[in-house]
Amino acid sequence: MNIVVCMKQVPDTWSERKLRSADSTLDRDAADGVMNELDEYAVEEGLRLAEAHGGEVTILTMGPQKAAESIRKALSMGADKAVHLLDDALAGSDALATSAALAAALGRIEFDLVILGSESTDARMGVMAAMLSERLGLPQLSFASKVEIHGTDITINRQADYGYDQVKASLPAIVSVVEKINEPRYPSFKGIMAAKKKPVETLSAADLGLDAGQVGLGAAATEVVSFADRPPRQAGTVVKDEGDGGVKAADFLAAQKFI
Amino acid sequence: MAEILVLAEHDGETVKKVTCELLTLARRFGEPSVVWTGPGAEAGKERLAEFGAATVYVAADEDLDSYVVAPKAELLAKLVAAKSPAAVLVASTAEGREIAGRLAIKTGSGLITDAVDLGEGMVAEQSIFGGAIVVQSKVTTGTPIVAVRPNAVAPEPAPGQAQVENVTVDVSDAAKGAQVTDRVVQERGERPELTEASIVVSGGRGVGGADNFALIEKLADSLGAAVGASRAATDAGWYPHQFQVGQTGKTVSPQLYLAVGISGAIQHRAGMQTSKTIMVINKDPEAPIFELADFGVVGDLFQVVPQLTEEITKRGQG
Ligand SMILES: Cc1cc2nc3c(=O)[nH]c(=O)nc-3n(C[C@H](O)[C@H](O)[C@H](O)COP(=O)(O)OP(=O)(O)OC[C@H]3O[C@@H](n4cnc5c(N)ncnc54)[C@H](O)[C@@H]3O)c2cc1C
Ligand SMILES: Nc1ncnc2c1ncn2[C@@H]1O[C@H](COP(=O)(O)O)[C@@H](O)[C@H]1O
Repeated sequence: MNIVVCMKQVPDTWSERKLRSADSTLDRDAADGVMNELDEYAVEEGLRLAEAHGGEVTILTMGPQKAAESIRKALSMGADKAVHLLDDALAGSDALATSAALAAALGRIEFDLVILGSESTDARMGVMAAMLSERLGLPQLSFASKVEIHGTDITINRQADYGYDQVKASLPAIVSVVEKINEPRYPSFKGIMAAKKKPVETLSAADLGLDAGQVGLGAAATEVVSFADRPPRQAGTVVKDEGDGGVKAADFLAAQKFI
Repeated sequence: MAEILVLAEHDGETVKKVTCELLTLARRFGEPSVVWTGPGAEAGKERLAEFGAATVYVAADEDLDSYVVAPKAELLAKLVAAKSPAAVLVASTAEGREIAGRLAIKTGSGLITDAVDLGEGMVAEQSIFGGAIVVQSKVTTGTPIVAVRPNAVAPEPAPGQAQVENVTVDVSDAAKGAQVTDRVVQERGERPELTEASIVVSGGRGVGGADNFALIEKLADSLGAAVGASRAATDAGWYPHQFQVGQTGKTVSPQLYLAVGISGAIQHRAGMQTSKTIMVINKDPEAPIFELADFGVVGDLFQVVPQLTEEITKRGQG
């Protein structure tokens, strides 16, 4: 069973993230790039399923040169190879364009299953699995907290507000996973050494048959009008509990008319 | 007047508050029409009329709920083609965003998610990077599709006709790829829903155990609030995962957020930073969550919370 894991490099959530004033896109140089934390679960699930059912795991990333570091990490965890969509023409792509590029790349790879994270910690849209399944006409099995495969049948638990739905489909399919699904492994020393020899194929927009009208900042269907730092919250009142902390808190709530 | 499509969120009879909020926003730009999927439209109609729905397109077909997301996107695409609305508004829930994502592709339109407001020229305000930056953006291609965060605006009534118009959609085979075979509903009791609640009381690692969450629940109940939890608390199994607030849990924007025994990691803030008023109870004065506090108590939650609960109950009776 061949599995593709879509992995994105994002600015580290712990570092300060900025937008570029020139074009309002994410300043990817300002912050350290890391593998989207939620994609670690996708890589792990891909590795586990390949271990159980046989087959290869391919990492698919669209991102700048620097994203190669995160690809290395995924290969160190145990993935077999990678495809890196790398082209200045792709920079600034919005969700629509990103899904077009990823879908075009998936059209060149033989797979039974595509696994994504539930959302990227920078864009936070949580739409890519739905968009890829729309573009490719494949079943959408998103927000999975559990994945089971028997032959070409796949079942997942789809996390929902009220609990979960059990969902079934036939392979090939698009899955996204939530962080409750597994515990991602750390790359071993052996894994890190092995990763250096694993193949990474680089593809441009032209390789994907996409032209500038379809991808990149110029093709974006949305536009940032302006942005600003959130005005700092006004410093609040902090009291130390001297045995009357609860009473003081109630006074505040009463003054604000919550009680 | 321009027509604005609003996808209703409902539980089969009652309209959720977020739908009334979407109607309130939609009225700024035109005449709102509601899209209702599944049963219950007759029961829900009255509230839709109260918030200004001119038309209610009802698609009662069971297929819409038997398969993951795709059929609903097909229904909306059909309505967009037939009615040429000026915009489509959905709730920015996990499923709402996915429906919007598919619709954006079907209609070749731009998509904005997690909007916290919509102003002049349908410019959406978003709060990004854990709330650190406020962005104004707009859709430039196709029919604007905007997913709006619950609690973004206060719902304001304004009468509408809520004229029911039945619609059908022939769900394609491609949209029937992922079939829902079972729905497991976990009890949440009498409390308001987390993303809709006007007050949320959340507990974190400081609460110390599953049994102690009764303290948080009692405080919440004294305020008519929903209960939330940090990831440390849900990971430890002290409180169910669906109540997690933050980056990988729910995003909440209540009038009042009470963080109890929560340190305020960036991932937690991402889910609560747009709350109107924030109150903190934590024994560590250095905890970063105090940076957000409108009112904070540095103290042991096991002392402060019961006293606060008692005070609220006492004053409520007085
Ligand atoms: C990819 C990723 C996604 C994440 N998503 C989320 C998310 O969605 N939501 C989320 O919350 N976190 C998330 N996290 C985890 C986040 O980084 C923090 O680890 C987590 O929020 C910490 O929870 P906490 O504040 O309850 O625990 P801690 O950080 O351990 O804080 C506990 C606090 O309780 C206080 N305390 C202890 N005892 C008492 C007492 N008796 N009285 C008063 N105060 C007391 C302490 O002073 C401390 O400040 C995520 C992390 C990652 C990497
Ligand atoms: N540029 C990208 N390259 C590869 N995968 C991506 C990219 N952007 C998003 N994804 C995948 O889509 C998921 C959801 O992202 P999003 O819809 O942006 O929140 C991520 O967890 C990734 O698995």
